[in-house]
Amino acid sequence: MSTDSKRWVAGHVAALPKSGIRDFFELVAKMKGQDVISLGVGEPDFVTPWNIREAAIFALERGKTYYTSNLGLIELRRAISTYVTEHFGVDYRPDDQVIVTVGVSEALDLALRAFCNPGDKVMFHQPCYVSYHPSIALVHGQAVGVPTYARDNFALTAEALRSAWQPGCKILMLNLPCNPTGGTCDRVQLEAIAVFCREKDLLVLSDEIYSELTFEGTHTSIASLPGMAERTIFLHGFSKAFAMTGWRLGYACGPAVLIDAMMKVHQYTMLCASIIAQEAALEALTRGWDHVLKMREQYHRRRDLVVRRFNEIGLKCHSPRGSFYAFPSVAGTGRNEKEFSAGLLTEQKVAVVPGSAFGDNGIGHVRACFATSYEQLIVACDRIERFVQQPKA
Amino acid sequence: MNPVLKLLLEGGNLTTAQIAQVANLSVSEVEQHLEQLKKDKVLLGWRPVLDLSNEAAAAATVRAVIEVKITPERGGGFNRLAERLARFDEVESCYLMSGGYDLLVFVKGASLQKVAGFVSEKLSTIEGVISTSTHFMLRCYKDQGFLLDTGEASTTRLTITP
Repeated sequence: MSTDSKRWVAGHVAALPKSGIRDFFELVAKMKGQDVISLGVGEPDFVTPWNIREAAIFALERGKTYYTSNLGLIELRRAISTYVTEHFGVDYRPDDQVIVTVGVSEALDLALRAFCNPGDKVMFHQPCYVSYHPSIALVHGQAVGVPTYARDNFALTAEALRSAWQPGCKILMLNLPCNPTGGTCDRVQLEAIAVFCREKDLLVLSDEIYSELTFEGTHTSIASLPGMAERTIFLHGFSKAFAMTGWRLGYACGPAVLIDAMMKVHQYTMLCASIIAQEAALEALTRGWDHVLKMREQYHRRRDLVVRRFNEIGLKCHSPRGSFYAFPSVAGTGRNEKEFSAGLLTEQKVAVVPGSAFGDNGIGHVRACFATSYEQLIVACDRIERFVQQPKA
Repeated sequence: MNPVLKLLLEGGNLTTAQIAQVANLSVSEVEQHLEQLKKDKVLLGWRPVLDLSNEAAAAATVRAVIEVKITPERGGGFNRLAERLARFDEVESCYLMSGGYDLLVFVKGASLQKVAGFVSEKLSTIEGVISTSTHFMLRCYKDQGFLLDTGEASTTRLTITP
């Protein structure tokens, strides 16, 4: 094949940088078979609870192999509507204010495609999930990063939003609790952000995929604040709380006109989410909550363990209020985050992800996912301690 | 709930040192908790949960579950007889049940004959035992919350994901 084929790649795709995670993935792949403990994942270590898996098997047995409505099974949309009312305090009509998507990733992409004109400015906080910036670039939007800082436990502040804002900003993307920092906002902080959004007439895309995994206090959705439901697309899914990453199932809720616009894109691109996954999700919402609570309790204890150990070791680490990620600083080790991650992997066989993979504000940090067993976490922390204590090669 | 007991009940098979790390206690504090649980007769002992399907010696063990009807006694109800049955070494567990019979007795023996002999010579001849119905166990699929050899892949998770 000649490299000439490159001429067919669209300019804005060719211009996308490769994910920093991808580079690191390749480094880890070279270590195969070497007893590497990975804290580098972005998903639960639990297998989907059996009753949910069994519901999918039953759906197959009953011949549920067809397309569903573009918006998703009405029974599932009803269950989602009830769930969102009970857990987030916002009411959405199942008929026209809920759409079921292939993961939150698709919902986010649909929203950007439906609402962002070329050149529109989209604000997002950093460090953030790896796909936010590229997703904005793919719809020819202009990304406007808003920094979050360790000193605020990586909560987004209205002040940071205000100083990053520029004329032409139309959309604000939120991910609270946040991958990779575990940072989130309490109600007071969210209220200040809501005031700012109303003042600047911003549409909010609120990705709340980690909301059930909030360890202290209760999670508040920005959509539940006065005057916000009409300017918020609430994005959620089943991957994290119900341990269903591989099912690829998410949803979006919002004003009917906006959901309809997203549905247009969805119907021409995806048509509908997998009916088997939708049947499983219905079971998750109906009889899955006890599993969520059990898993959350485990994550909570694991978080306390790794945060305590990281701070003992000398890696300054805030206690993430939500998610299953710790985001310690490696500044005190004399290594930058890439050297730290690569050295830790090759010398002590523990994989963490360099924070810079999540944007410039992640420089000097690494992401360590604590969704793994106590035994593994204890060994991983001991290995990290040995790595930090030995003189730099 | 006692944090140590909670971790034990989850069946994670942690060592004392690991429990100490997870619960943010010292090893001696965990040991104190365990001692207290024993003193309070909450923690009676330790038994491993094993998958013995491939172990020849264990495969030779025969297990049965026996439904026993007994006559309750004035003053003591079912307790005296139930305890009398439960004291036999062959009996692993013994429960008072609601429904069509009174006691559910889990029994093990070295062979089918030994278990049958225990039921016919010991259990059913005790005064007050009205009838027994013995069911031999053929295969174990799940024991005390642990699935046996399901072949479920546990390591298919990618090492690095976003």
